Amino acid sequence: MAPPAEVLAVRGLSKSFPGVRALDDVDLTLHAGEVHALIGENGAGKSTLIKLLTGVYRPDAGEITFQGSKVSFATPLEAQKAGISTIYQEVNLIPLLSVARNLFLGREPRNRFGVLDIARMNREAEKTLRGYGVRVDVRRPLRTLGVGAQQMVALARAVATDARIVIMDEPTSSLEPREVETLFSVIRRLRDAGIAVVYVSHRLDELYAVCGTVTVLRDGRRVHHGSLADLDRLALVSTMLGRDLGEVREEGLTKFTGDHEATDTQPVLDARELTVPHKLHEVSLSIRPGEVVGLGGLLGSGRTETAKAISGALPVRSGRVTVAGVPLRGGSAPAAIRAGVSLLPEDRKSEGIVPGLSVRENIALAVLPRLSRFGLVSEARVDSVVDTFIKRLRIKASSPHQKVGELSGGNQQKVLLARWLAMNPKVLLLDEPTRGIDVGAKAEVQKLVDELAADGLGVLLISSDLEELIEGSDRVVVLKDGAVVGELTGDDVTEDKLMRTIAGDAQVEHLAKEVATDG
Amino acid sequence: MAEATLRTVPLDKARVLQWLQTYGVYAGVAALLVVNTVITPHFLSAENFRTQAVQVAPVIIVALGMALVIGTEGVDLSVGAVMALAASVTALYLGYGLLPALLVVALFAAAVGLANGALVALVGVQPIVATLALMVGGRGLALVLLPQLEDLRNPSLASLGSGDVLGIPYLILIAAVLAVLVAFVVRRTTFGRQLLAIGDSRPAAQLAGLPVRRVLIIVYVVCALLAAVAGVLATARLQASDPTSLGNLMELSAITAVVVGGTPLTGGRVNIAGTVAGAVLIQLLTATLIKHDLPPSWTQIAQAIVIVAAVYAARGRGKR
Amino acid sequence: MTVTKADASVTTANNEPTGETEPVGSARSERLSALIQQHGALAVLVLVSLVASFSFDSFATGDNVSNMATSSAFLAIVALGMTFVIITGGIDLSVGSLFALGGVLAAWGSRHGTLVALLLPLAVCGLIGVVNGLLVARSRLAPFIVTLAAMLGARGLLLAITDEGADTFLIGKGSFLAELGQGTTLGLGNPVWITLALFVAGAVVLRRTRFGQHVYAVGGNEDAAALMGAPVARTKILVYTLSGLLAGLAGALNAAWLASGVTILGNGMELEAISAVVIGGTLLTGGLGYVSGSLVGVLLLKVIQNVINQIGSLDSSYQQVVSGAFLAVVVIAQTWLGRRRQLM
Repeated sequence: MAPPAEVLAVRGLSKSFPGVRALDDVDLTLHAGEVHALIGENGAGKSTLIKLLTGVYRPDAGEITFQGSKVSFATPLEAQKAGISTIYQEVNLIPLLSVARNLFLGREPRNRFGVLDIARMNREAEKTLRGYGVRVDVRRPLRTLGVGAQQMVALARAVATDARIVIMDEPTSSLEPREVETLFSVIRRLRDAGIAVVYVSHRLDELYAVCGTVTVLRDGRRVHHGSLADLDRLALVSTMLGRDLGEVREEGLTKFTGDHEATDTQPVLDARELTVPHKLHEVSLSIRPGEVVGLGGLLGSGRTETAKAISGALPVRSGRVTVAGVPLRGGSAPAAIRAGVSLLPEDRKSEGIVPGLSVRENIALAVLPRLSRFGLVSEARVDSVVDTFIKRLRIKASSPHQKVGELSGGNQQKVLLARWLAMNPKVLLLDEPTRGIDVGAKAEVQKLVDELAADGLGVLLISSDLEELIEGSDRVVVLKDGAVVGELTGDDVTEDKLMRTIAGDAQVEHLAKEVATDG
Repeated sequence: MAEATLRTVPLDKARVLQWLQTYGVYAGVAALLVVNTVITPHFLSAENFRTQAVQVAPVIIVALGMALVIGTEGVDLSVGAVMALAASVTALYLGYGLLPALLVVALFAAAVGLANGALVALVGVQPIVATLALMVGGRGLALVLLPQLEDLRNPSLASLGSGDVLGIPYLILIAAVLAVLVAFVVRRTTFGRQLLAIGDSRPAAQLAGLPVRRVLIIVYVVCALLAAVAGVLATARLQASDPTSLGNLMELSAITAVVVGGTPLTGGRVNIAGTVAGAVLIQLLTATLIKHDLPPSWTQIAQAIVIVAAVYAARGRGKR
Repeated sequence: MTVTKADASVTTANNEPTGETEPVGSARSERLSALIQQHGALAVLVLVSLVASFSFDSFATGDNVSNMATSSAFLAIVALGMTFVIITGGIDLSVGSLFALGGVLAAWGSRHGTLVALLLPLAVCGLIGVVNGLLVARSRLAPFIVTLAAMLGARGLLLAITDEGADTFLIGKGSFLAELGQGTTLGLGNPVWITLALFVAGAVVLRRTRFGQHVYAVGGNEDAAALMGAPVARTKILVYTLSGLLAGLAGALNAAWLASGVTILGNGMELEAISAVVIGGTLLTGGLGYVSGSLVGVLLLKVIQNVINQIGSLDSSYQQVVSGAFLAVVVIAQTWLGRRRQLM
């Protein structure tokens, strides 16, 4: 049997941005019907490569050969027309347009007067989507669909535009397990139809489930490529991280020590039955001083919402929060902050840093009223606070007057931590504190969280990185669909238990146990 | 080699653009001064400078408030209407004396600012639309209160408009003091820092516990109050209340002054010195055209071009 | 009107597992909010008209209705263009000036024949619209500042043409242009018929052509639209051009109706047009809107103005106060409804 045709050949692709070599001499080959895993840590160059392939960026050097001829796409549209479609992390469709109109945007069927044939469009949309397991009224606005269904629409759209290559950038990050299964069966169908799929994901299970080949990027270079079956998980992780196998095995992947003693039995934070319409249902949790409580669950399970509800950033319909025994006025971030609750938001770039202001202004932002008299800022006091924290957190900036937007992700995160530590908080809510920052800074932040807990702070830790969550937390409260479904304590704080709780097994076991003792 | 040249060219262009954004407005003012010294008769006279400065003072005062609003990534289109409102109210209450009249003017202006601020900060309406409502409604109200031009004969108002201290007219003095005050507020107060943080990233400011709504409302109130001061001063200089035409297109002049002066429309940064220079630049440009007998239509077209050029030059600066 | 509302006729019996995420109760309140947003203006229009007919004898007369229709026509044409601009998430503040400029150019051009009288305003105002569109789409400048500058520039141009406003050009009686503006067909003024035709065409373009889909897509999510292959820049340039053309046409028709090009017209017209569009249920944030709604919005504004006139003794300043307050109220209501529907 002849080998399948080569669809794409990338040779020596490079791309630099001011100060960064984002992609350095990278090769990539795709054959028809190949499902290819593209993996790497944040900043490894995955998204740069994808953007070069789809015409968002122009390469500095190197060439792309697509279906036998050299190509240079000026826009994503050109790439798409040629047959390279991309499904992005967050669904990139028009939420207010109807499902059918989204599916057909730009290639709507027209009648002989040149006017859109809406009836036919709806009919065909319905038929197409049924093939993807989506049965909805296609005349409804897209936004009324669940995320999984929206993603299927995006996928159906890509395939319908005669794609030869479909690039999926973390497609499952917001899907339910059942939806992931549907997605996989669609991917397998694409594969059988001779379409090449590039699959980007951090979830190893998924990679091994659908991908045949793999390319690993690190620091803008290709460090491995070949058959995925030839690379076991540990080898894959160590290639990705650029660490020796032994090191990974011995130390684990995080710098957490993971054993703090709660210094006091009285909780410093007590949240009772927080309810936010459509988002949270009677979520309760408490944190004692010196304790790191993890918040587990899938994306969309209500972790971020819980943190935001506690910190007053999200108005609650019912429920109450007490800090060190004092009830908190709900729905007011300033009130929560005054009471000593600080939130490090998940979306650091748009909700955390103030990019145009300096490191100094950013650190002093929240504490400013305390460093001022009659509304006049005491520059000397600001300087001393800023100096203290730049040293203590080892923030690397050319000067305190450098703009925060110019710093690396890890240093931005430290600036945010400094902003809150300057307030002397009682409780820190950390939402994905190490996401998107480099390995070194990650370890430093993890160490810092340990130290802070040791100093007697109550910490709530949210992380999609299971190892970080397990190793960093003394206790894990597990959320599912906006409600608490379990709590892991002591020796039960393991990845296995956590996943079983999320999947619902633990509840069954628990019930079974109860039934057994009753009987 | 080829790569090196490729890299240096855009860099140089960026540097030129950066220089223009920061110092272009001062260079422009200097250039206009030089050009006028050469081509305009009687330009270099104390009398002329005094006239120009007195004319530009109200624009500067309005632009100061506008700079604060733009710093929060907003805009206030109602400033011209507030000037007209101030003129009407001054005329109506001048009978009770200047001070009571000024108090009532301040109340009206504060109410307009509160309405703008509430629409923007509490309801969440885009600033353009929120202030557009009062741009039309405010002038309508001014005309309802005082349907036509009215001459004002009040000695204290007259002295406010044309009096001076040590040869410096009150108008210029007030504008200068307000400019220094606003610059001080922006640089040295908690309020100023919070304002810039809100303009740069509203969600981040919110999560950092800043009193976002309060700051926004105060900014719109301050902007309206400054516009009212400008309205009163312009009225005092005219010695007449003219709600029909006072402050017409003032929103545009003020926005131009702010943008030309290097404050980006995207918020997070406020340049007060540049704003003052921007107002002076537009004033000199207009004066140049008028002194050479070019009709007002030309100054309007010229101003339109200057605005677009300034916004174009400021493109890509600030956020994103 | 032949507006198709494909999205409006949502069936209720639909509970397939993959599709919905919202509970039924919220879906119902969402539909109610959608209904109010889309048809609230029509209900208010009917109500106000009914009350006015009973309160004022001179309201529901043939003359008054025909007058209202004609005076609504010009604003409606401007609002039609504004609808397209606002659906893309933009705004056009230059329409008032372009309206006045169009009128003056038509009157000036009428000395050289009807063709010149119609084409000249379209060409000039269309060109200014193109410039607006280029600056917004290609140079990525904020729409409000670009069109504010155009508002000033167009006024300047208008003054330059008319010797600083001193000259007024007249349109000769009996010419085709005068007939176009002043004549009636089947009891309604010609401008009314032209407006209706334009709205039917506008509705078809918006709902039934690819360009229309692009307009919605650009306003709904610009980045996604670009990735989906919608020509974002071209769409924006086209909507500002369309807005300029329609403002110029409205000005020309208005001049034909008045038999002269009046220089002082069009002040505050941008506000009226924006109000009408917003009242008609179009989201100021873009991505959602209805041509038919804008027509209802214009009629509602004109009926309210007419009622103010009926009360008598109130001059145009009150109308300004009322339209300003009305816009504020509508915007507040729309923001509230939009938030309920989680559109914003």
